[in-house]
Amino acid sequence: MNVEAPLRLKLIGVSKSFPGVRANDNVNLSVKAGEIHALLGENGAGKSTLVKMIYGILAPDEGEIVFNGSAVRISNPRAARRLGIGMVFQHFSLFEAMSVLENIALGLDSRLSARELLVEFNRVLEAYQLKLDPRRVVSTLSVGERQRIEIVRALLLNPRLLIMDEPTSVLTPQEVEQLFETLRKLAASGCSILYISHKLHEIVALGDTATILRGGKVVAHCDPKRETSRSMAEMMIGANLKEIAKPVMRGFGPPKLSAQGLNLPKPSEFGVALQDVALNVRAGEIFGVAGVAGNGQNELMSAMSGETLAPTPGAITLLGREVGRLGVTERRNLGLCAVPEERNGHAAVSEFSLADNGALTGRDRMEMVRFGLIDPGKATNYAAEVIGAYTVKATGPGALAGSLSGGNLQKFIMGREILQRPEALVVCQPTWGVDAGAAAAIHQAIIDLAARGSAVMVISQDLDELLTLCDTIAVINLGRLSAPMKVGEVSIEEIGLLMGGVHGDPAATVEMTEALHAHPA
Amino acid sequence: MRIRLEKRLTPSRFMQVATPVASVLLTMLLGAIIFQLIGFDGRRAIYETFITPIVASYKWQDVATKAAPLIIIALGLSLGNQAKIWNIGAEGQYIIGALAGAGVAFALPDAQGFWMIPLMIAAGIVGGMAWASIPAFLKTRYRVSEVLSTLMLVYVALQVLNYLVSGPWKDPNGHNFPQTPPFSPAQLLPHAIPGTAIPPGLVVAIVLTLVFWLLTTRSVYGFSVRTVGAAPNAARYGGFDASRTVWSTLMISGGMAGLAGILEASSQLGQINLGFPSGYGFTAIIVSFLGRLHPIGVFLAALILAVTYVGGQVAQTVVHVPNATAGIFQAMMLFFILASDILVRYRLRIIRDTPRAAPAEALA
Amino acid sequence: MNIGFFIDALITVVGVTTPILLAATGELVVEKSGVLNLGIEGMMLIGAVTGFAVTLNYGPNLGDMAPWFGVLAAALAGAASSMLFAVLVLTLGSNQVATGLALAIFGIGLSSLIGASYVGMIVPSFDSVFPDQLAGDPLWRVVFGYSPLVYFALLMVFAVGWFLNRTRGGLILRAVGENDLSAHSIGYPVIAIRYAAIAFGGALAGIGGAYFSMVITPMWAEQMTAGRGWIALALVVFSGWRAGRLLAGAYFFGVLMTLELYAKASGFSFLPSQFWAAMPYIAAVVALAVISAREVAGSEAPACLGRPFLPNA
Repeated sequence: MNVEAPLRLKLIGVSKSFPGVRANDNVNLSVKAGEIHALLGENGAGKSTLVKMIYGILAPDEGEIVFNGSAVRISNPRAARRLGIGMVFQHFSLFEAMSVLENIALGLDSRLSARELLVEFNRVLEAYQLKLDPRRVVSTLSVGERQRIEIVRALLLNPRLLIMDEPTSVLTPQEVEQLFETLRKLAASGCSILYISHKLHEIVALGDTATILRGGKVVAHCDPKRETSRSMAEMMIGANLKEIAKPVMRGFGPPKLSAQGLNLPKPSEFGVALQDVALNVRAGEIFGVAGVAGNGQNELMSAMSGETLAPTPGAITLLGREVGRLGVTERRNLGLCAVPEERNGHAAVSEFSLADNGALTGRDRMEMVRFGLIDPGKATNYAAEVIGAYTVKATGPGALAGSLSGGNLQKFIMGREILQRPEALVVCQPTWGVDAGAAAAIHQAIIDLAARGSAVMVISQDLDELLTLCDTIAVINLGRLSAPMKVGEVSIEEIGLLMGGVHGDPAATVEMTEALHAHPA
Repeated sequence: MRIRLEKRLTPSRFMQVATPVASVLLTMLLGAIIFQLIGFDGRRAIYETFITPIVASYKWQDVATKAAPLIIIALGLSLGNQAKIWNIGAEGQYIIGALAGAGVAFALPDAQGFWMIPLMIAAGIVGGMAWASIPAFLKTRYRVSEVLSTLMLVYVALQVLNYLVSGPWKDPNGHNFPQTPPFSPAQLLPHAIPGTAIPPGLVVAIVLTLVFWLLTTRSVYGFSVRTVGAAPNAARYGGFDASRTVWSTLMISGGMAGLAGILEASSQLGQINLGFPSGYGFTAIIVSFLGRLHPIGVFLAALILAVTYVGGQVAQTVVHVPNATAGIFQAMMLFFILASDILVRYRLRIIRDTPRAAPAEALA
Repeated sequence: MNIGFFIDALITVVGVTTPILLAATGELVVEKSGVLNLGIEGMMLIGAVTGFAVTLNYGPNLGDMAPWFGVLAAALAGAASSMLFAVLVLTLGSNQVATGLALAIFGIGLSSLIGASYVGMIVPSFDSVFPDQLAGDPLWRVVFGYSPLVYFALLMVFAVGWFLNRTRGGLILRAVGENDLSAHSIGYPVIAIRYAAIAFGGALAGIGGAYFSMVITPMWAEQMTAGRGWIALALVVFSGWRAGRLLAGAYFFGVLMTLELYAKASGFSFLPSQFWAAMPYIAAVVALAVISAREVAGSEAPACLGRPFLPNA
């Protein structure tokens, strides 16, 4: 007989396949009571599939799940919750038009009256020192507050195992710290935490143990305290990390892309207004825009690319020409290319072939059109050229964009824009959800483009990415862009505060933002 | 054993062609069974509806006559449907187009010039466009769903027609029937090829099919329409304006419906009466889906639907099925084509549930 | 003009309003779950002919209860026909606009086919639920003098309003219509809930149709719903997806349709009768424009309305 407490969770030989992919292959995993267990792996390594099986959203093809010592079959999330398994999703499962309390009620299976629910809700807020107004409608909340709803919803179940799927990708550094506080408290009370991430320093800071997945298989179990970020990264990738080659000393040419006094009203109820945005991207410069999701990044992106027209021609300047009132096609013909954040349905049409996706933005610059007709041969050739130049894994120019993996599609999209030899390129989240190999290739392509004298603007929520890639960085918060700062002369704490610090303390944020706006570059 | 859907990496070309054919065959099969069950000679009813118009050459002209307006309207609708703009009100645009053309004819009763017919046709197209411009305006300006607005306007168009033929335009020599006076000979569309009975609408339909083929498969405009339908954000990113697409597709589909209306009035009826609205505008929606929004597909699908119109009348007289028969067959075809659509994008996989092997490591 | 005229007019308004109110109440639930069923016209006609046929064929055996069985049959027929739509849209992921339209066309054809042999016959209608002294009273008939279906329709609006806003089931239904993926990942059976909503919508449309063939006329005629199913669709948008405004909107359209009847009957109008016949449709278009323009913020429109949902494929 084992005198130790039974394991909270044990996976034995769990496998799951999708058409063409073996997402999980014979995965074994153990989580002790009260343990914070990190699940580490690249995008596409099978982390999300694995936890979806534990939470009952997917059914395993093979293998066994043992919870608190007994084999269980978790047929749906409700069953998971009955067992005491809670989950906080990467893409929140919230209902925008409903109140916080309604969202909480939907996540609970017990039939509490509104009053009882409110009492319970306040009890959890107090126990974990979280702030959340139960009457607010979700669409009016910040991303950090939305995540708090998910967490409170999970905590109300008194979970014995809490699954967190990439919870920090949308938080400021300060909010991450606050979240870790909550998780440590929870673990101390005996709840196990299965924490999914690909951010290594977080795992070092938080995890008791870690399991590393690669290509659907477990490649290692380790103690993060005894590993370095680098060693874990190499286990995760399965190869030595490649350094990207960035020329150390570079001079910049004259400004190629600028914004001056750019104001835009909210595009919709859920959008952000841009306020007096000013920026200058010089030839050869990589200009980074940091910020927490939903602070005006998409609005800035579409204002620069021309998807939204600026109120005045002078608000945006390209190669000395005022282009604020020109549309996407005209700006593109003048040399401004762009890559928006969302790959499927924005930067590319999933159900179109790569050839058609090439024509989507390249038809004029690559001279595919004659007499209003698209030459299908030229479109196909261009797609083939992009596929070849950026080693895109695809069956050919006829492959549907939706059939490519995220990384390969992103490489295709970046390649499609860069091969048009833009004078200026604006990209948003260039490596979001992309595996390390593709990310390195994309970063290298951006650096090479800048080295050839183009002005490049990178909007990203990944601070690490911006700090390795950019020469200059500015922070966007509530639709206002900070003054530019030189990378290497600015601390992460400073940037974190500019990003809004801990959401929910607006006074400090405004003060800090104003102080730094006055700060000279 | 279970059946599971698996997404295909690329849509199946085979299924794209096979499913419409299968839909027609299944409709025939199920139709035969249903009519047998409710007490008709099911096999005969199907034969008369689907086969007689094809094998009996004296029915070909009827088929062509019915197919022409269906093709013309459905070509326009297919373009809109590619942009996911649902013009359900082609029937109304068809009526208003015919009325606009007829209005020109009645305003110039004695004109003899060769320009009379082109003028009427132009008026018909403009009339259809004008009627479709209302939903286009409401959608781009106030975001009113075109599904509802186009449909509501059918009922308004019916009342406009009703009012004109029983009021201001009523034939004084028409024995008080709600109908207009006949068009003059100069206002009647002649046969396309003198001496033959080929309806002029068919020639127009063939030419337009080829034009739309080029437009949808090769032109930047056709590409923009497809992009707006598939991914509106990507369309904006690619430099295609959604409002302009709403306007252009509704103008084109409205104009085409109006064109079909005036062609029908000036070549078939020679006047307008209460019976003018014949449901072509609604049937064309079925044609558009059965033809998979592709101009060539639309052409073939329209022929099939025209066959059921003609054959339905044959079956009525021969097997005495009710006149609703053709409508039921058409709806069944649409059901089948919509139901089988999933086979284009997904693969059906039959999975046998094998007993689970005991995991070896559990014992370790 | 006297009080009797107004009472007559009011009773007419209630009569023409009831079927669209029933159908729209059902469609409200369907749309709140995130599905757009355009096939109301077809479901109403199938309900109309079924209710009529059952009442006629079984009437002699059932006596006073016959109309009730007729209505029940109409509800079942409406629900059954809606399942055709549901299977295509929910299980096979077909386009909702086209499928709804197919259902409308199918219902028009099928009801004509079934109804061909019933044209010109008459069925017994409902007895009043209230004592004759009240139902027949020249004044009080304005409250008590209606078919039981009128009270049923009013009851259903309030019941649906209460269900959607005050119950856990309503909360879940709205959640499914608001964000189907979230509802699915929390563990709600999105598809099953939508099936139920569609069946409910079909049943109410069927009863709405039966009101035409069993209360208004009471006889069967081809396409006797005359496009009222489409008005019901517009009414749901007009209501901003709220039960209270649905009721008000239904009576607004009821008044317009009554004007048409009166204009035809008495010829009091200086405008042609066709204008009054077109009036409800013109009003619907105008109302849609006004509502859509105003409902920028805080609209109750379900965010997933009309979008296909195939979670496991």
